[in-house]
Amino acid sequence: MTLKSLDDLRRLREEVQKEIETRQGAEVQIIVGMGTCGIAAGAREVMTAILEELARRNIKATVLQTGCIGMCEKEPLVDVVRPGEKRITYGHVTPRDVPRIIGEHVVNGRIVEDLVVGRAN
Amino acid sequence: MEELALHILDLVQNALAAGATEVVIEIKEDTAGDRLVITITDNGCGMDQEFVRRVLDPFTTTRTTRRVGLGLSLLAMAARQAGGDLQVASEKGKGTTVTATFRLQHWDRPPLGDVPATLVTVLAGAPKLDLTYRHTVDGRTFTFRAWEVQRELGGVPINDPKVLTFLKRYLEEELTSLHGGGGDDAEKLR
Ligand SMILES: Nc1ncnc2c1ncn2[C@@H]1O[C@H](COP(=O)(O)OP(=O)(O)OP(=O)(O)O)[C@@H](O)[C@H]1O
Ligand SMILES: [Mg+2]
Repeated sequence: MTLKSLDDLRRLREEVQKEIETRQGAEVQIIVGMGTCGIAAGAREVMTAILEELARRNIKATVLQTGCIGMCEKEPLVDVVRPGEKRITYGHVTPRDVPRIIGEHVVNGRIVEDLVVGRAN
Repeated sequence: MEELALHILDLVQNALAAGATEVVIEIKEDTAGDRLVITITDNGCGMDQEFVRRVLDPFTTTRTTRRVGLGLSLLAMAARQAGGDLQVASEKGKGTTVTATFRLQHWDRPPLGDVPATLVTVLAGAPKLDLTYRHTVDGRTFTFRAWEVQRELGGVPINDPKVLTFLKRYLEEELTSLHGGGGDDAEKLR
């Protein structure tokens, strides 16, 4: 890395380190389908949109990936699991849906009904 | 898939599914030789020779969610349509190397696409992966090693969204300058 990037990375480490120390409780999980079917349907752009929205709004959540779960025609799939609540699966997700899913569901617990394609315990 | 970077992401998912802890992504662009070579090496479970022989057949898969495995056959098709080929070398218990070649200037060669987005997506899903990315353009090389970043980060995980967003910008800048600066999108996506 160039010296400037390294400097920036170290500053970022301090910032994130402080946030981690003050964090409490279980985090919301966001799971993105990243099998061939998901990737071909645009899951990578959904993933980067999620990362940017979480970073921009300073929201702590755990982002995970899964492979093909057999709902290929509904990809890109994004699951949101709030601690102690049902697992909600959103389908045909685009980067434009990401601010809603995060703002409504991840932060406030309000399910974005028009995008739901599955629910499980 | 419209971008080679998406194929790369897909092949890394194969490696992760095979239990790989180390993955090397290598891209070589050679203008004089009219060649683009992508090599992905992993230390996953590998395949036996009989399996490798039929692995480019779309009906070869160990998936249980569907009966076709498309990843490798799609990339093989893309390579052949652009004057190249796909090779899979694997050893059971050791790992796998997939090599895709293309004619760099071929009309039907898909663009390289958004390699930084692919790399951060890999790290988001596999923060512990020992990932190396080496990209050479006409003899000039850029290397990214995830463990070097993780070493700087100490206890902060590399898959923190702020860290990954930072790394994406960093990689974008490095690749733009590797491709000779400029900075317009056409050049970035070449
Ligand atoms: N890097 C690897 N290491 C070990 N086995 C592999 C590797 N890559 C592919 N394979 C094997 O080859 C099969 C076919 O791979 P391919 O990517 O073409 O399809 P798939 O991964 O099964 O399904 P899809 O890519 O459509 O999601 C896989 O199911 C797996 O058994
Ligand atoms: Mg695959």
